[in-house]
Amino acid sequence: MRLKIAAAAALILAALPFAASADGEVNIYSYRQAYLINPLLKAFEKETGIETNVVFAKNGLAERLEREGRNSPADVVMTVDISRINELVERDLVASVRSDTLEKNIPENLRHPDGKWFALTTRGRLIYTSKDRVKAGEITTYEELADPKWKGRICTRSGKHPYNIALISSMIAHHGLEETEQWLRGLKANLARKPQGADRDQIKAIAEGVCDVSIGNSYYYGNMLQDENERPIAEQVRLVFPNADGRGTHINISGIALTKSAPNRDNAIKLMEFLSSPEAQRIYAEANTEYPANPAVKPSGLVASWGEIHPDALPLQTIAAHRDEAVKLVDRVDFDG
Amino acid sequence: MTEAVTVVAPATSEPLLAKRASRRWILAATLISAIVALPVLSVLYLALFPEENIWPHLIDTTLPRYLTTTVKLMLGVGVLTLVIGLATAWTVTMCEFPGRRFFEWAMLLPFAVPAYVIAYVYTSLLDYAGPVQRALREVFGWQSASDYWFPEIRSLGGATLMLGLVLYPYVYLLARAAFLEQSPSLFAVSRSLGHSALSTFFRVVLPIARPAVAVGLSLVLMETLNDFGTVDFFAVQTLTAGLFDTWMNLGNLGGAAQIATTMLAFVVILVTLERYSRRKQKQYAARDNREPIQRFNLSRPRQAICLAVCLIPFTLGFVVPAATLGLYAWEYFGESWNPDFVENTLNSLLLSGTAALTTLAVGVVLAYSRRLHDTRGMQVLMRLSGLGYAMPGAVLAVGVIVPLAGFDNWLDGALRRTVGVSSGLLLSGTTFALVFAYTVRFLAVSAGSVESALQKVTPSMDMASRSLGDTPGRTLVRVHLPMLRGTLLTAALVVFVDCMKELPATLILRPFNFETLATYVYQFASDERLFHSALPSLIIVLAGIVPIILMSRSIANTRSIA
Repeated sequence: MRLKIAAAAALILAALPFAASADGEVNIYSYRQAYLINPLLKAFEKETGIETNVVFAKNGLAERLEREGRNSPADVVMTVDISRINELVERDLVASVRSDTLEKNIPENLRHPDGKWFALTTRGRLIYTSKDRVKAGEITTYEELADPKWKGRICTRSGKHPYNIALISSMIAHHGLEETEQWLRGLKANLARKPQGADRDQIKAIAEGVCDVSIGNSYYYGNMLQDENERPIAEQVRLVFPNADGRGTHINISGIALTKSAPNRDNAIKLMEFLSSPEAQRIYAEANTEYPANPAVKPSGLVASWGEIHPDALPLQTIAAHRDEAVKLVDRVDFDG
Repeated sequence: MTEAVTVVAPATSEPLLAKRASRRWILAATLISAIVALPVLSVLYLALFPEENIWPHLIDTTLPRYLTTTVKLMLGVGVLTLVIGLATAWTVTMCEFPGRRFFEWAMLLPFAVPAYVIAYVYTSLLDYAGPVQRALREVFGWQSASDYWFPEIRSLGGATLMLGLVLYPYVYLLARAAFLEQSPSLFAVSRSLGHSALSTFFRVVLPIARPAVAVGLSLVLMETLNDFGTVDFFAVQTLTAGLFDTWMNLGNLGGAAQIATTMLAFVVILVTLERYSRRKQKQYAARDNREPIQRFNLSRPRQAICLAVCLIPFTLGFVVPAATLGLYAWEYFGESWNPDFVENTLNSLLLSGTAALTTLAVGVVLAYSRRLHDTRGMQVLMRLSGLGYAMPGAVLAVGVIVPLAGFDNWLDGALRRTVGVSSGLLLSGTTFALVFAYTVRFLAVSAGSVESALQKVTPSMDMASRSLGDTPGRTLVRVHLPMLRGTLLTAALVVFVDCMKELPATLILRPFNFETLATYVYQFASDERLFHSALPSLIIVLAGIVPIILMSRSIANTRSIA
């Protein structure tokens, strides 16, 4: 009896209709939280009448796309972090897109040479310092994080987090592996505590007096300023655009790529074009305090008030290329230990 | 009339009840095990093709730390859950104290709290900006974190405590059921032979309950081993951390699968050792439990101790997290309330319900087939099909995708070639994939409890039924299932609550636009917006309470249904 009920229930569930690719749809595999991209998708639906369907996960979507093969329902993949999007290219899961709109909206250094991905936003990896305990201008570069004068005064999240890995990769690209190892050992020696938590937690730690300096993405700071409970905490730190006078501040991207198997290819390209348009870019800028990839759109007033960012001109592919070295380096210096 | 026998005898080499009629059962069991084992086998297969050999790097750098941290965490959580689980199970079963009837079911409530949720609740309470430290600073006039010492919740100790608090109900549940099934007269005999209550507990009660406790403990340990949410949040570097690093940061899925395989071997060795150490025991108990348990009548101070034994884990594991979530949910209600909640809740309930029934049915078929044909081969099949529980959910999800997408694309290719029609993806990316994944993952829970309950039914029951002309199937339906009603319900409900909380596999495998409560919570929690996830977290906890109360009743009733 139980068996029969269970079997029947399983069959009914399996037979439930799901995401059958009809016309007027576009299917998204997203590494970004659904609620973050929803306002953009709503605007897209309103403008074009094309429905959007989303699966969000932090890992495993590339494997799913790869195994589903030519029958995969996914049209586009949305990611954060250059390495993750680069991996899709390396595994040959994404297709080239030729679109005048996209090429006009997104500068050359923020897209793949063959159109295999396009950045939608950029974010700087910044340094935060205590307004009380660190003088303005006392630290201005990533390199200085390894200066022994900061011993026991720096907080960061895990060295293995993609954002830190990308920063370390950019250091390898600029200074070579050996010098970067010296730098990372110096930084490790300066840590106030074992790497833990996320970027906001490090800003909180400064407010708490655990440390005086931290590393974090720009929009986390912006989001904290926009949250009335967290604003008093964020207001205790000063923001530094590292290496502003030199090679520029390390940036990372969030981006989008068309899958090779896309069943709704035209709609997918429409979505990509829409997301690069001034209208969508403004939503990105305002709602999540990121830097729009489209140079025609200015950052939000809040972000602009921090001063101008001078991005490091290092090609993003170069950063992705040093990923494996960076990951192993973090292990070698036992950064998280 | 009561009878409970522990026969210590050489294991019979003859299959006890093998008859021709049982062939169909064996065939069914083999087929089901093979299907259920597919995801685990897929991961083993992936382990054959690493991007690069990850081990030299790991051994040189982080592996020693991963291993020692993993062992420490498992030992810590194991001891903690045993102490809490056994102490509370024994107290509510054998001691009379105010509130005993309430604690009988309330001790299970922490089970409804997902480990990742309790971790963030305690972090928000105990970290620097939380109310506890703030109060301390106000009282003592401290200015900053450098003025005083406070235990760091984000640590190995913290992770041990968090996992222990929400996982002990596995031990409690199975131990209590086992205690209830034991004959009070055994206890009386031991006491009359001069043993104290404590010595009787260790020399008589616990050895008889051991198979059940071992099942509970092995579930706890497997869950600890494959936990990612809590250890990641607390920056505790277990093998799972290494696995995800290899997969996500190095893009080396094969290497990650190798680490998963190593973890699997770890579990298999543990479970085998436990079974080996009691290989010569066979236990049968007549289920004639009409004799009431004589609870201890205790002095006031002792009653207070009993109360404390139950109150402490209950408060820490349930009251504190539920109250905190309630408070946050209240404060952020306007921002958190969302009409999608109803749909998400329904998704969770329907999916978990289906998965629980499927898992139970599969568990019964496997456990009963093994009873019919208890050979080495059947044992191996049982073990193999339970391994899904010992793997991190995200890895298992990839293991599910491989055979399902493989099947879909094979069928699609065949149809395109022969009839020129494309069937697309039939199973991948559907709720079927989710039910399948849940079944694979939680089969160990249902098959384990059904098996240990079946083992206690004396074979003379089967013999009587079969000699009266019943087939094995009818014997199962007319004799065993009614007797095991309590166990079956319990097993189904445990799986149900587990499915409600399941996160990593659900995230990866779900259809488009499909949210369960757990995935909904995760999208906020993973973006450091913990307050916004309080309300849906609270709903997961509340949704788990009803089945838990049902579960507890069914166990209490095992003594009244003879």
